[in-house]
Amino acid sequence: MSETTGREALRATDITKNFGSITALSGISLHVSKGEVLGILGDNGAGKSTLMKIITGFHQPSSGQLHVGGEAVSLASVDHARSLGIECVYQDLALVNTLPIYHNMFLNRELRTRFGMLDHRAMRRRAAEALEDIGVHVPSVDEEVAMLSGGQRQAIAIARAVYSDAKILLLDEPLAAMGAREAGLIIDLIQRQRARGDISIIMIMHNYAQTLEIADRVMMMQHGTVTFEGAAKETSVEALLEIVRREYRAMRAR
Amino acid sequence: MSGVLTFRQRGRKLLALRETSIVVVAVVLFAYFSTANANFLSGANLQTLSQFVAPPAIIACGEIFLLICGEIDLSVGQVFALAPFIMAFADKAGAGLLGGFIAAMIVSAVIGLINGVITVLLRVSSFITTLGTLFLINGFTLTISRGFPINTPGGDTIAGIFGAGGYSEFLWALLIIIIMHIVLRHRRWGLHTIAVGGNLTGATEAGINAAKIKIGNFMLTSVLGGITGILEAFRIGSTDPLAGGTNIMFLAVAAGVIGGTSLMGGSGTIIGGLIGAIVLGVLQDGFTLQGINAFTFDMIIGAAILIAMIANIHVGRLNRGGRS
Repeated sequence: MSETTGREALRATDITKNFGSITALSGISLHVSKGEVLGILGDNGAGKSTLMKIITGFHQPSSGQLHVGGEAVSLASVDHARSLGIECVYQDLALVNTLPIYHNMFLNRELRTRFGMLDHRAMRRRAAEALEDIGVHVPSVDEEVAMLSGGQRQAIAIARAVYSDAKILLLDEPLAAMGAREAGLIIDLIQRQRARGDISIIMIMHNYAQTLEIADRVMMMQHGTVTFEGAAKETSVEALLEIVRREYRAMRAR
Repeated sequence: MSGVLTFRQRGRKLLALRETSIVVVAVVLFAYFSTANANFLSGANLQTLSQFVAPPAIIACGEIFLLICGEIDLSVGQVFALAPFIMAFADKAGAGLLGGFIAAMIVSAVIGLINGVITVLLRVSSFITTLGTLFLINGFTLTISRGFPINTPGGDTIAGIFGAGGYSEFLWALLIIIIMHIVLRHRRWGLHTIAVGGNLTGATEAGINAAKIKIGNFMLTSVLGGITGILEAFRIGSTDPLAGGTNIMFLAVAAGVIGGTSLMGGSGTIIGGLIGAIVLGVLQDGFTLQGINAFTFDMIIGAAILIAMIANIHVGRLNRGGRS
């Protein structure tokens, strides 16, 4: 997108993943730079989730190589990936509905006073500051998450990942089940993170038009392989759909 | 702007607090019984009332932690009966009263550990796990006691401090309630208990060790059951294999639930549990003064639990502007 995007944040080379005799990924390569948004499109079963889980350290690839910040790594666990700044925001799964916003922002990273007591005051203040800084508006950080809309919950989950110093942010269907106005809030939020220039975002998406609107680059996956990769500006919904149609025809002909 | 609550928001928050409605119920019951019967507010009766309230209030602290993290312990009433026997037998065997108390606490904690491990690691629902241990512990207590009560060891001074003296049992209950309230609201343990019950997947993804939290809360509940059993044994002066049982356990769960603890996990308060125990105690004591028999009392308790639950679910939803 801009001149700041030259630095590579993550590179995956020739990743394969087999579960027993089933091949989920057969030779996937992808890269994402700092300040870049990559949208991954594909049907159910295309291997998007498996790829995400390899990047988050949940699965280990059967073969292939991952580079984070230019260095070859082999991610042993989710915690290992997290220590390298890889954070994933799952659809509406991450937050505890019965806790207020500020506790969710600091879940398992609580600020405490000298005697080991929860420092509610400091967490409230810093959560409010962080949300304002990230551009998420909520009536009060004391509000229970259950009282928020789907869009607000997604925004809090993204803000938490950003606040925890994510360098590579994976978003699993960040706009799923959202109205246009809500989706607009999340799109703004994603674009503001891109504008900071030091964070890379990989989004798994279903909606072609939204993907082309938000992403710098688009990647299409079908049956464990990459069938298209290119700049969002240089393609269109029609062109992407044509690729899908061609693949279907080829598959049926087999 | 985020962060600061206005006065009106604070007022709304107070109304939305789950405890508020049950406090109103407690006040109304107090007012009713004190006008209906002149003896209700007498010193002697208030002392009796405190002795009704204390045991379920202490055990409710444990059950509330368990309910919040999505589990329940049905066996705690049997630990209540077993613990004072362990103390008495260890004392008789020469360990002394303190040694006996420590032995009873260790046995209680181990029972909690067993409940927790079977539930969490072997994935048996806690309802079933603790139903099994309920019978196991009950049979064990009856066997080692041969089914007969014994005198609780220790002199009058010790008995007085640990339950027999006027309000001593209630003061122990208050101390435990204050500690458990602080643990729930101001320590990571309490926060993580809520997180595990509110969203197990999300809490685990955030790196919280859910198994540790759940097993720990089973051990906590068992230990609190053991402590309550020992306090009651000192208060009554006799250690009875049939003491406690499912009655005290259901009273404790009911106190928690009436006080606003969700059976679905994820939310609850210790103060609510105390108020719930007070409401149950006032009903029991008040109706006893009125001369209403025990059978009627059970019907009233049943109705009270139903009304409190319906109020909790629907008043809570109204306050949330219709969202469930």
